[in-house]
Amino acid sequence: MSSSAREQEWAEWMRLAIDGDSAAYHRFLSAVTPHLRSLARRRCAAFGAPASEAEDIVQEVLLAVHLKRGTWDPARPIGPWLATIVRNKLIDALRRRGRETSVPVEDIAELPALDDRTDGSDRIDVEHMLDKLKEPQRDIVRSISLEGAGVRETAQRLSMSEGAVRVALHRALKSLAAIYRRSDGEDD
Amino acid sequence: MKTTDLISLMAADAPVRMRLGRALALALVAGVVVSAVVLLVSVGLRHNLVSVFETARVLFKVCFTLALAVSAAALVFRVGRPGAPLGRRLLLLAGLVAVLLAAIGTELMVVPPAHWMASLEGANAAFCVFFIPVLSLAPLGALLYALREGAPDSPGLAGAAAGLAASAIGAALYAWHCPDDSPLFVATWYMLGIAIVTTAGFFAGRRLLRW
Repeated sequence: MSSSAREQEWAEWMRLAIDGDSAAYHRFLSAVTPHLRSLARRRCAAFGAPASEAEDIVQEVLLAVHLKRGTWDPARPIGPWLATIVRNKLIDALRRRGRETSVPVEDIAELPALDDRTDGSDRIDVEHMLDKLKEPQRDIVRSISLEGAGVRETAQRLSMSEGAVRVALHRALKSLAAIYRRSDGEDD
Repeated sequence: MKTTDLISLMAADAPVRMRLGRALALALVAGVVVSAVVLLVSVGLRHNLVSVFETARVLFKVCFTLALAVSAAALVFRVGRPGAPLGRRLLLLAGLVAVLLAAIGTELMVVPPAHWMASLEGANAAFCVFFIPVLSLAPLGALLYALREGAPDSPGLAGAAAGLAASAIGAALYAWHCPDDSPLFVATWYMLGIAIVTTAGFFAGRRLLRW
């Protein structure tokens, strides 16, 4: 698939996602991640950093894309938007790991998607991370991410309203982004 | 945490509650309304507004500050969006600087040199430099708050853009009270007030708009 066809597909998924289509958003994130991984690995390899560090960076960039998706104007192409967020976050993440760098704006959709080890896990232990979340965020994150439950099921399980679960989930993702920022270079 | 688990988590949080454009529009309206009320209940409008409104200087002052506010606000709507080009909006601001310079030139031609200093000093210079920042407070706070939803390349510059827009709004409102009409006055004291708020916006942005 050409990079522009890919971008158009991503843009369509993101438009649906903004209106609340979780499945489309899942497709978008899953499609973008291998490209991000490819980019992050290349940067880390250039600094001799381990691939597990690249996965931390992939997750940090994904969280930034997620938390800032309201800045994308659906009338504009998604490629430059994504490339700029990724570049800024990548510079940030590398700099905090003590690797002063400049990163060109790269066409993310043009990068090869690495499909080896697509289910990368990072060095930040999940329990360690969950410990830093408050209730009910912790239960919600555990329920949705580790146990694969949906929002409705999670709401029933925790006897909360769906709206309250959504609000808490959004806060949890903000907290996770903050945890990534603080945990950088912890075991360097 | 596995990346696929993180993706499931984010997918469950798909809908966007507040788009950046909407947040900024609300901030703009709120800021303008609050500052307009502050102006009206404190110093009020100029008492002879109707009779002076058609003079060229007053018209210039009102239109110029309004154009500055609109162009700076247009910049703020772009500055928090990754990958959105700013070029044309910066060009618009540069154009307004050229317009101001042309107005100064015209004023210097029509006013005899002996009156230049009086035109520049005006009657209320100190109050102008004080009050434009006061009228900028509400728009600046609201715009910075809304820009926290944004993802600016440079938080400092985004803050400065918010400061410029807020103080231009303050200036555009103050123009309806201000009794000093010379472009020399506007270029000096209005611009000083605007520069102060823009600088404050830059430092506030560096602190508040990192993401």
